Amino acid sequence: MTDLTINTDLARKILTGFIQTEIHRAGFTRAVVGVSGGVDSSLSCYLAAEALGPENVIAVRMPYKSSTPDTMKHAQAIIEALGVESVTISITEMVDPLFERFPDSNKIRRGNVMARARMIILYDQSEVHNGLVVGTGNKTEILLGYTTLYGDAACAINPLGDLYKTQVRQMARAMGVPEEIIQKPPSADLWVGQTDEGELGFTYEEVDQLLYLLVDQRYSPEDCIKDGFEEEFVRTVLERIRRYHYKRILPPIAKLSNRTVGYDFLYLRDWGT
Amino acid sequence: MKLTLALAQINTHLGDVPNNLEKHLHLIGQAQAAGADLLVFPELSLTGYVLQDLANSVACQPSSSDPIFQPLLQASQRLDLVVGFVDEDPRHRFFIAAAYLSQGEIVHVHHKVYLPTYGLFDEGRFFAWGDAVRAFDTRFGRVGVLICEDFWHASPPYLLWLDGADLLLFMSASPGRGLRNEPKLESARWVEHINRAYASLFTTFVAHANRVGYEDGLNFWGGSTVFDPNGELLAKGPYHQEALTFAEIDLNQLHRTRSRLPLLRDERTSLVQRELTRILSQRRPNDRGN
Repeated sequence: MTDLTINTDLARKILTGFIQTEIHRAGFTRAVVGVSGGVDSSLSCYLAAEALGPENVIAVRMPYKSSTPDTMKHAQAIIEALGVESVTISITEMVDPLFERFPDSNKIRRGNVMARARMIILYDQSEVHNGLVVGTGNKTEILLGYTTLYGDAACAINPLGDLYKTQVRQMARAMGVPEEIIQKPPSADLWVGQTDEGELGFTYEEVDQLLYLLVDQRYSPEDCIKDGFEEEFVRTVLERIRRYHYKRILPPIAKLSNRTVGYDFLYLRDWGT
Repeated sequence: MKLTLALAQINTHLGDVPNNLEKHLHLIGQAQAAGADLLVFPELSLTGYVLQDLANSVACQPSSSDPIFQPLLQASQRLDLVVGFVDEDPRHRFFIAAAYLSQGEIVHVHHKVYLPTYGLFDEGRFFAWGDAVRAFDTRFGRVGVLICEDFWHASPPYLLWLDGADLLLFMSASPGRGLRNEPKLESARWVEHINRAYASLFTTFVAHANRVGYEDGLNFWGGSTVFDPNGELLAKGPYHQEALTFAEIDLNQLHRTRSRLPLLRDERTSLVQRELTRILSQRRPNDRGN
């Protein structure tokens, strides 16, 4: 077992500094965070509140009629613990007409629609509150592509994207996120009974160990297998990383001119600030 | 002889030279008020670090007629300065550069000789490679300046040592990376190790000014340091926040340390030259030679 433990004090300092700096230099003062009652969005909300002050954070709860009651309860717990502003906007009235129009649509379609409806609400609220949407996606789900493009993946800045899920749990614990939230099975809660680990077919503990070797330590797949990982597991994970790479990059632009956005027109977003 | 060295561990505005200049002038005033004789800014302190396609639009020409250098040269009447900038040479090549300014004169300009172009770095794509490592005389003795990746390689500090530098001034815009279960990042640990090692191996003063702040998702960790010829830490800036860090440098420490430990006296430069010549002459044709 590789020890993925991080120094949470240092991570906290870097990540709160990141949120504060990047929101302010973009000309905004506030953060808008979608809170589901899960550990990722709870941690993002804690970090944003510490970075900007709770009065500058808007926690948005966006339940659907089938959402488990725990999502609302746990989200409420962190809203109260932090003293952040909050708003609850149900997505049921937004998405149900579309589901009625396509009664045969499968749960993947429905799940994606729900994730994207939440994105619309978050970006709308960001306009209302002069805030930027702070993301909640962690390194594990980004690498595995376990996310809805332009849905839960959409954000202005992402403080968690270089923390594996197991490190998110460690950080959340260090920052005082309630243990009940940290310990419950991770779920996108897009349909009844959905769990991340059930859908993926492995646990975050297992896959984080493998991803750390493959990505951070640049191990070859063969080295991972020699280190004791099942070959099929290694192949499955590698294929997920490859197949979902499109979710990690901007859409390619077909190059025609001498200077093209994305290829040879290169600037950071912080350009001029 | 003693001098007060100050390290300006600043954040910068990306591509906004006038704004950064203003900050330089402000800190120069502060450092002077606190009695500094020499103030060192970080790498690309006038421009910001991840310049990419901004590189050519933020370039200066270090001269008394340049509107950016004019006020800095004026300020150097009061204390010596090392600033980081993009140097556009007469043939329009762009270098990551450092200028040592003193008493209204440009004493020395160093062009970064190692441009990291791997991992998160892409300097070789946007900048020209410097091709000289030279020590130079100042009113505090002979000094050498290097920029970040220059001192990740052992040879530039070694050359400066042989060229007579007793005060090595390093400047960085070092992105923080390598978070483990340790109180400092791996990048910070590594840079501190090698700075201490150079001070110890070369029985010389080594000062390092590193910037802070963020550029998009990159953080810069600060932690500027000054080590003495015994490898002892004289001063250290905080991590991740702006600071002016002062160190009083007693140049007589060189006398004391080198009396005890005559590494410079005993350095066999002819042997190095002979063996290096042999090694390079025996290289196979496909070996990379720079």
